[in-house]
Amino acid sequence: MREIDETQMSDIARGAAVLGTGGGGDPYVGRLLAEQALRQHGPVTLLDVDELPDDAVVVPVALMGAPTVMLEKMPAGDEATNALRAVEQLIGKRVTHTVSIEAGGLNSVTPFIAAAELGLPLVDADAMGRAFPELQMVLPTLSGVHASPMTMADERGNAITLQTVDNAWAERLARAVAIEMGCTAAVSLYVLTGKQIKELMVPGTITLCERLGTGIREAREQHRDPVAVATELLRGKKLFTGKIVDIQRRTEAGFARGEAHLDGVGEYLGSRFELAFQNEHLVARRDGEVVASVPDLICVLDTDSGEPVTTEMLRYGVRVTVLAAPCDPRWRTDAALELVGPGYFGYHHEYMPIG
Amino acid sequence: MMRIGIDVGGTNTDAVLMNGSSVLAATKTHTTEDVTSGIVSALRQLREAASFDPGDVAAVMIGTTHFINALVEGKNLTPTAAIRFGLPATRALPPLVDWPRRLVDVLGGHSYLCHGGHEYDGRQISPFDEREFREVLDKVADAGARSIAVSSVFSPINAEFELRAAQIVDSEYPELSVSLSHEIGRMGLLGRENATIINAALRDLADHVTSGLSRTVAEAGISAPVYLSQNDGTLMDIDYARRYPVATFASGPTNSMRGAAFLSGEQDCAVVDVGGTTTDVGILQSGFPREASTDVAVAGVQTNFRMPDVLSIGIGGGSLVRSLDGRVEVGPGSVGYALTERALLFGGDTLTATDVAAAAGLIQLGDNDRVAGLDPAMVRASLESIATRTAETVDRMRTSAEPVPVVVVGGGGFLVPDNLAGASAVLRPEHGSVANAIGAAIAQVGGEVDRVFSVDPGSRDSVLDAARQEATDRAIAAGARPDSVSIVDIEEVPLAYLPGNATRIRVKAVGNLALGGNNA
Repeated sequence: MREIDETQMSDIARGAAVLGTGGGGDPYVGRLLAEQALRQHGPVTLLDVDELPDDAVVVPVALMGAPTVMLEKMPAGDEATNALRAVEQLIGKRVTHTVSIEAGGLNSVTPFIAAAELGLPLVDADAMGRAFPELQMVLPTLSGVHASPMTMADERGNAITLQTVDNAWAERLARAVAIEMGCTAAVSLYVLTGKQIKELMVPGTITLCERLGTGIREAREQHRDPVAVATELLRGKKLFTGKIVDIQRRTEAGFARGEAHLDGVGEYLGSRFELAFQNEHLVARRDGEVVASVPDLICVLDTDSGEPVTTEMLRYGVRVTVLAAPCDPRWRTDAALELVGPGYFGYHHEYMPIG
Repeated sequence: MMRIGIDVGGTNTDAVLMNGSSVLAATKTHTTEDVTSGIVSALRQLREAASFDPGDVAAVMIGTTHFINALVEGKNLTPTAAIRFGLPATRALPPLVDWPRRLVDVLGGHSYLCHGGHEYDGRQISPFDEREFREVLDKVADAGARSIAVSSVFSPINAEFELRAAQIVDSEYPELSVSLSHEIGRMGLLGRENATIINAALRDLADHVTSGLSRTVAEAGISAPVYLSQNDGTLMDIDYARRYPVATFASGPTNSMRGAAFLSGEQDCAVVDVGGTTTDVGILQSGFPREASTDVAVAGVQTNFRMPDVLSIGIGGGSLVRSLDGRVEVGPGSVGYALTERALLFGGDTLTATDVAAAAGLIQLGDNDRVAGLDPAMVRASLESIATRTAETVDRMRTSAEPVPVVVVGGGGFLVPDNLAGASAVLRPEHGSVANAIGAAIAQVGGEVDRVFSVDPGSRDSVLDAARQEATDRAIAAGARPDSVSIVDIEEVPLAYLPGNATRIRVKAVGNLALGGNNA
């Protein structure tokens, strides 16, 4: 157990944006929101998974929609808290803890905001070990845990309750609501017990985010290669270094979808690279050949500073390095690949694990 | 074509007279508080160095760090109100959030939120509330703000809120000047809004400086148009600079790197610009300064400008040299513009990097006898430390694995050794000490396309090609040499609320000015 205050949010948001694999929201906006909440309400208690009582009532909270939209239409600030309170009413039980659903510049810090405002301890874990675009794509789904009862809230004060037959329907209906809300909404879902958290979640995500964020910053300060530090911490490998020569992006069906094309520099001079994304990076190709894909992590970092570059920040001329890192091993089973593998997103290649 | 390039830096005002691509005269003088008297003496010195008829000057191009320095120092800023249309969204992070306290205080801290703005698909978040906006304007006027920055959520998609706000201000509060975010920045509300607030805060100073520049040049008998350098190395006319001073922000490093490229003839190299206090290292790729890829903070304010990627270290001609426990430390402290009073060479009592260089015979300056007694081991150690740190900085900036040519410019260039580690060659072009002024004089011309295109399925490539061509044609029409034009920016914003796959496409092409005369 330890306390997290606003001075640590910058490193956490940076590291979370690396694990966010291009999605999960802008780390700058995430950091500002969390710093503000922690300054106002005081530090948040971060609990290790094994410190959690089995009968704890843990309710995650997150933002869903298109990150490109959140770059313009920033939150009002109380959406996440409202969604979590609405779940509490719905289940008729007091929520004892909250937790991140995914790693991402905004979504790793959103639970900090709710935890600070509601005085709840936060569990050091998440449901993916990275970010995925759809809300059924969490490890608890593989064990039959239901997303609903779930709630959604927007900046206007609208709140909606969903009861769905399965998690795919939860995504489908929630996505339609999120689009009406302006492609951004707060969601609170997957009510879990302490015991389920221990069995089904990825432990230590916030600590990993902080180590990544600190490692990149310190490497930069000490004139070491921040990209190499991040690669090592993720046990990943470098795929490409280049410059973005074309970026296509559209807000479609409630997601930010698109492709980025890169021309190689340095040791990759003469090579081309392509990234396809749906909020998060899905597939990476070098000279036409798939070199990494979901569910492994495809992370894009600024070549010089090591800062994570989210998909909404990709733009013409930007110089980046792409790395791939192994996902949580539980994502590599046949059942998991059906949920989050290349085939689900319409790609026909065989998944080739990294590392 | 004869023209004058002027660089108004923090310490020196440099001026060059160029005809075609040859440098006829170059001068260096102190920058003055009011900017203009420094320029007056620079112009006078130019005429002494090369007699020319002021009537033959075709253009005066000025680069200045004056605006960025005003922000860094928090001086001469206009009391500014920031008004954002976006409620009920965005209220968690109001305008001026994350600005340094000091700057917020200088500006007056006037930050307001109004209902309005757009959703991604063109719906309004809330309708325009005229009463609410007028109440805000009353408060703004009462609080003594004289300049307004207006932003609206998704204004690059639909600027209607910002335009309507400007209309109301213009007709009811004509004494307030207005800066609109959709005219200044790109997608990303906070970065665009911050740039707009900076612009609004610089409006009075821009008025003052631009009218001073026009007057000074006219008084020197030069009737040619006066231009200012923009961040991307292209020129803007003085009236544009008056309204959009934020666009001149990063012109200093851009000019020094382009000047270095011009003087050395190198297209791909590192540029090391050694000034009085700092050394800036940048990279030229195909003759263009490499840009920073992530958002950059200017004076502690996060913005999303496109700026050259420059790394600065605290080493310059005026750097203090100190011996500590047998180790030698150079910089980051500096005597700056007081070099000619405080350095040993000039009779002062402070050991500077320039003194050390003179002791090693790298430069003839001042009274060499005064540095003759310096400990040779200390002299060697300080120069080695300068060389090592410069080489490290170049190493961090370069992206290729092979050694790169290094072009050294700036008044303190003698501090960089000929055998710099990691450099394939160290080049010291003639007139390198006034590279910034030369960068201004050879400024580029741009061509821009910014409008809504219909992008039918499968037609994106051809639409983009057409937009690129149009931007290129415009750059050529504006005076760019056709073989030098390249595309520096492309931004596509799909407008989901309009029928026919409407997409706002912005393309900027930039090329070298066709100079006339030799080598043009």
